[in-house]
Amino acid sequence: MLDLHLYQSLGEALRAALDKWPNEICLIEADRDRENHRLTYAQFRDMALPFARALQDSGFQPGSRAAILMTNQSKWLISAYAIFYCGGILVPIDYKLTAAEQLQILARCKAEVLIVEHHLWRALVQVKDAPQSEVTTALVIEAPADAAMVGAKRWEEFQSPAKPVFATRRLKDPACIVYSSGTGGRPKGCVLTHENYLEQCIALTSLFPFWPGVRYLSILPTNHAIDFMVGFIGPFVCGATVVHLRTLRPEYVREAFSKYKITYVTLVPLVLKNLERGLRERFDALPKTKRRILDWLIDLNRSLTRKKPRLGVSRKLLGSVHKPFGGELRAIFVGGAFTEPATLQFFYDLGIPVGNGYGCTEAGTVITLNDFHPFRADTVGKPLPGVEVSVINADADGIGEIKVRGKTVMSHYLDDPEMTAETIVAGSLMTGDLGRFDSTGHLQLFGRKKNMIVTEEGKNIYPEDVETVFEGLPVKEFCVFAANYLWPARTMVGEKLVIVLRPEEGQPFATAARANLEERNRRLVNYKRIHGYLLWERDFPRTAAMKIKRGVLAEEIRAAMPRTAVASL
Amino acid sequence: MPTTPTIEQTVEQVLALASAHFKVPRAELSPDDDFFKKLGISSLQVLDLLTRVESHFGIELPDYELQGVSDFRTLAQRIQARL
Repeated sequence: MLDLHLYQSLGEALRAALDKWPNEICLIEADRDRENHRLTYAQFRDMALPFARALQDSGFQPGSRAAILMTNQSKWLISAYAIFYCGGILVPIDYKLTAAEQLQILARCKAEVLIVEHHLWRALVQVKDAPQSEVTTALVIEAPADAAMVGAKRWEEFQSPAKPVFATRRLKDPACIVYSSGTGGRPKGCVLTHENYLEQCIALTSLFPFWPGVRYLSILPTNHAIDFMVGFIGPFVCGATVVHLRTLRPEYVREAFSKYKITYVTLVPLVLKNLERGLRERFDALPKTKRRILDWLIDLNRSLTRKKPRLGVSRKLLGSVHKPFGGELRAIFVGGAFTEPATLQFFYDLGIPVGNGYGCTEAGTVITLNDFHPFRADTVGKPLPGVEVSVINADADGIGEIKVRGKTVMSHYLDDPEMTAETIVAGSLMTGDLGRFDSTGHLQLFGRKKNMIVTEEGKNIYPEDVETVFEGLPVKEFCVFAANYLWPARTMVGEKLVIVLRPEEGQPFATAARANLEERNRRLVNYKRIHGYLLWERDFPRTAAMKIKRGVLAEEIRAAMPRTAVASL
Repeated sequence: MPTTPTIEQTVEQVLALASAHFKVPRAELSPDDDFFKKLGISSLQVLDLLTRVESHFGIELPDYELQGVSDFRTLAQRIQARL
C-alpha cells in the first residue's frame, strides 16, 4: 500500500494510488446479472479528470463545498475524487433520508455543487417550501432523455477536455462534512480533516491490510463514514477493488460473493443476523448424520482457531459453508450498531471472523476493533493504534463514559460552537457511551448516557425527532424517550422508544386515543416507530421557557414506575 | 395482446404474492395493511418479495422504489407505474 505518512490530503493520496496501479481494477459496478462498469485505476482517472476540470471551469475552488447524494455506484467515487482533486470539501448526504431532510442538510452545509442521482433529484424538486440553499450547479446522474432538468445539468455531459489543476491541501484542512442525526431535527455536521482520514486509514490497514487483488463488497451506503473509509479510501490507497451492486436484494448480494470472490465486506447487525438465520436454517435442514458431522467439524474448527483465525484450515474443514461466500472471504466487518456476541461467535466458529468494533463519525469512524488475537465476542476490541481511549467517572463496577483522544477525532461540528464545546472537551471526544476495559485491554459496552437509540440497521434515532408526528394527540402533554434512558439496562441490544402520555384531567386514555396514537406511529418510517406507551398522571416539569425538563422527568418516572408499566403498541 | 391490469388487479396480485411468499393466509391481508407489522418482517425481508414481484410482472423495480413504502397498495402503485 501507499505510505500514507507521505501525503497531506486525500486528494494527494488518491492521485498517487491512481498513478501507482494504472492497470489494476479499482471498481466493478454490477446491476442484477449485468455488469455496468469494470474500471482500472487509469480509466477511473480518465473519467474523473475531465469532470474535475468542468467543476473548476464552473467556479469550484479549493475550499468550496460539493454535496453527493447518490446510492453506491462508481460515479460516487469518481465525483468524490474530482472534488478532492479540486481541493473541495465533500458533503456526503444520506440517500435514505427524506427529500425534506436532504434539503435541510443541503441548506446548512452551504454546498455550491450538488451531485445527485436522478430519482433523488426528482424527489428534491417536488418538495414545497424548500429551505434556501447555495447550490449553483446541480449535476444529475442517469437522467432519462426526456427528464425535466429544472435548471440542473447532466453529470454525463459535464466534462471539459483541458487538464485540471491539482489543488494542494494541508493535513488540518477539512476534507468532508459528514452529517449524523442530532436532537431536535438538527443534523450535526461533523467536520473531518484530511489528517483524520489518513490517520484512520493507517490504523485500520495495519490491522486489516488490503492489496491489489483484494475485493471489497461495498454494501453500506458510501455516504456513511464506514463505507467511505473501508469501501473507498482504504481499498484505493492499497490498489484493491471495490465492488458496487445497484440492487441490494439478498439473492444478488449472495451471488456477488461467489461471482466476484469477495475478500471483505461490511454489514450492519441486522443483515448479519439475517445471514446467521439463513445458515442455521440450512444446518437444521440437514439429515441427522450430516448434521452430526457438521457439528463435529465446527467443534474441531473452534478448537483449532482458539488463539487466532486459520483461514486455510477453516476453509478445508468447512468448505460447504465457505463456498457460498465465494471461498476467498477473509473477514466480515460489522458496524453501525451493536452486535450480539452470540452472532459474532457463531460466525467465528465457522471460520468466518467478524471484525466487530466500536466507533462514531465524530471519531473518524472506528475507535476500537477486534484484532482476532484472540477473538473476543464479548467485547468491541482494543483501541486502534494511535487512538487513546479512556473511561471516566467510572462507577463501582468500573463502568463510565468513554472518552477518545487522537488524530482521528473530528475538528468540530459545522457552525455549532456550543455543541462542539459540549462534545470535545479539552481536546477529547466525549462519546456519551458507557463502557469498561477488561484486564486484557478490551473494551466492553454497557449502554449510553444519551437519550437516543441505535437500531440494528445502524440508524441513530433521537426521541425529539419523532415527536412532531404526535402533535395533536388528545392528551395534555407527551414526551418520547429511549426506554434504556428511563431504565438503564447496561445493554445496547434491542433498544426501543416509548412515549410518555399525560392524559387530560378526568379523561382516561381511551380506545379512540390509542387508535389515534397507533395511526400516527404508522406515519413514521418503520425503524423510527415507538414501541409502547406509558401513562403518567402528573404534569411534566418544565423550564421557564416551557421546555420539558427531560432529565428530571426521566428521573421521576424511573423512581415511580418499572419498565413493565410500558404498554406495547 | 396482453392488456395492462387495473390497479385493483395489481393490488390483488401483490397480496397473493405476499401471502404465498410469507405464508400468511390471503384472507388476513388487506391493501392498506402495513406489511412490516402485519407480516412481522424487516426491511431486508421486504426486498426478498421484490424479486417475486419482478418476475411475476416482468419488470425491473429499483430498490429505491420501495423507500418509504410500507403498505401493499402503494407498492402496487409503484409496480403499476412501470407496467
